[in-house]
Amino acid sequence: MRKIVALVGADAVANAMRQVNPDVVAAYPITPQTEIVQRFSEFVADGLVDTEFITAESEHSAMSACIGASAAGGRVMTATSANGLALMWEVVYIAASTRLPIVMGVVNRALSGPINIHCDHSDSMGARDAGWIQLYSEDAQEAYDNTIQAVRIAEHEMVQLPVMVCQDGFITGHDLERLELLDDEEVRAFVGSRKIEHSLLDLDHPITVGPLDLPDYYFEHKRQQAEAIERSRAVIDEVAEEFEELTGRSRPKVFPYKLDDAEIATIVLSSTSGTCRVVVDQLRERGVKAGTLKIRCFHPFPWQEIMEALRGVKAVAVLDRSASLGALGGPVYLEVRSALYAAEMRPAVVDYIYGLGGREVRLADIESVYSDLSRVVETGETGAMVRYLGVRE
Amino acid sequence: MTESKTKPGWKKIPIGGLILEAGNAERYETGDWRAFKPVKDQEKCTNCLLCWILCPDEAVIVKDGKMVGFNLTYCKGCGICGHECPVDAIKMVEEET
Repeated sequence: MRKIVALVGADAVANAMRQVNPDVVAAYPITPQTEIVQRFSEFVADGLVDTEFITAESEHSAMSACIGASAAGGRVMTATSANGLALMWEVVYIAASTRLPIVMGVVNRALSGPINIHCDHSDSMGARDAGWIQLYSEDAQEAYDNTIQAVRIAEHEMVQLPVMVCQDGFITGHDLERLELLDDEEVRAFVGSRKIEHSLLDLDHPITVGPLDLPDYYFEHKRQQAEAIERSRAVIDEVAEEFEELTGRSRPKVFPYKLDDAEIATIVLSSTSGTCRVVVDQLRERGVKAGTLKIRCFHPFPWQEIMEALRGVKAVAVLDRSASLGALGGPVYLEVRSALYAAEMRPAVVDYIYGLGGREVRLADIESVYSDLSRVVETGETGAMVRYLGVRE
Repeated sequence: MTESKTKPGWKKIPIGGLILEAGNAERYETGDWRAFKPVKDQEKCTNCLLCWILCPDEAVIVKDGKMVGFNLTYCKGCGICGHECPVDAIKMVEEET
C-alpha cells in the first residue's frame, strides 16, 4: 500500500534503496550523507532487505567494492558527500568507464577547504566529467523518485552507466518533508531485475574486467562512453514517462515554470528552484514577466530542452551553487551559455555564484536577481558576466 | 591513422574494456620488450629451479625436473632469474640490435 510519510531527504533515499533491495551496498559514512547508509543499515539489521552490506574503510574502498560487485552482476548502490566523493575520485571514473550501472546518492556538501559540512554543489560538479549521469532533486519526494528511476536508467541496455542522485545537504537531506512512498511491490516491479550480458562470476564464460587499455583501444572505449551517455537522453525520458504513469508525478529533464511569455528567467538546480518559483509568483502578481527553469538532469546536459524553454526570454540568470575557479563562470553557466550560442535570438546570460558552503539564499536574494535582469532588459547592457549573490563585500 | 585500418572500430568491440576471451594474454608477446636476454651457464646450473619459480612470465622452460632454457617469446629480460640464481649460472647479455 502506498503511504504518505514524513521523512528527511536522506531517509527518503534510504527507503527507495530498501524498496529496490539491491544485492550489494558498500559505503562509508560522511556528513550529511550518513543518514542514508545509517538508515539503510537498520533495514539490513531488521532483515527488511537481502542486501550484502559492506562497511568499507574509506570511500575509495566503498566504490571499489561497488565496482567489483557490479562487475559480478549485482545491483549495487551507495551514497556519499563532498570529501568522500573526492576520496573516491579515481574509482568514480573507473565505475563509469567499466560501464557499471551503480546508483549513488550524493547529498551535496561543499568541498574542503576551508572545511565545511553544509550545502553547495562543488562535490558533484567536480565529478561532472567522470561519465556519470547526474540527476538533481529539489525535495525529498524528488530524491526518492530519482533514486528509483536511476536504477532503470543506469541498467538500461542502451546505457549501462552509473547515476548520481543529488540533493542538497541539510536543506533537503536533513529536512523533514511530506512524501508518498510507493508500495514495496510496485517499486520492485518497476525496477525489475538487472539483466547482465557478462559477469565476473560466470565460470563457464570467463572474462577480464579492467585490463590495461593502451593507445590502440582506449579512445574507442571513450567513444563508446560518449555514445552511451548520449543514448541515455531518450532512456531518461522513457523511464520518467513510465514513472509518471505509475505515480502521476512528472519528472522531465528540465522543468519550465511560467516561461511561456517570460522576458526574464532564472536557471537553477535542486532546492533553490522552489525559492525561485515563489519569487516568480510574487513578481507575476506585480505584472513582471518572470519565469524559472529547473534542471533535474544536469548530465547528459539537456541543451535542446533548455534552448526550447528559454525561447523568447530576453535575459537569463544562471544560479550556480559552486564556482569553477578560473573558468569563465560556474559549471551550469558554462553549459547554458554555450547551448544558447546556437539560439536564433541570444538572450543576455549572467551567472550568479550563490549559496557556497551552505550560505542561505532567501526570497529577497532571488528577487534581487530578477531586479538585475529587469535592468539588463531595460538598459540593453548585460554588465558583469559573473556576480556573487549573498557574499559580504 | 593506421589503427583505424587494422583494428575494429568502437561499435565492434565489447564495452567497458572487457575482454571476453580467456587466456588471450598468450598472444601478447612480451619478448618484444627485452633489452637484455638471460644466458645460462650449463656448467654452474644445479637445477634448483629458483628461476622457474620466480620468473614473472613463466619464461623458464623446465623438462623432466631440469631447467632447459628460456622462452624468449615471452621473456621480458627483467633479470630476476639472473639476480636470484644462487650459483650465478644466469647472466644478462645485451641484445644485439
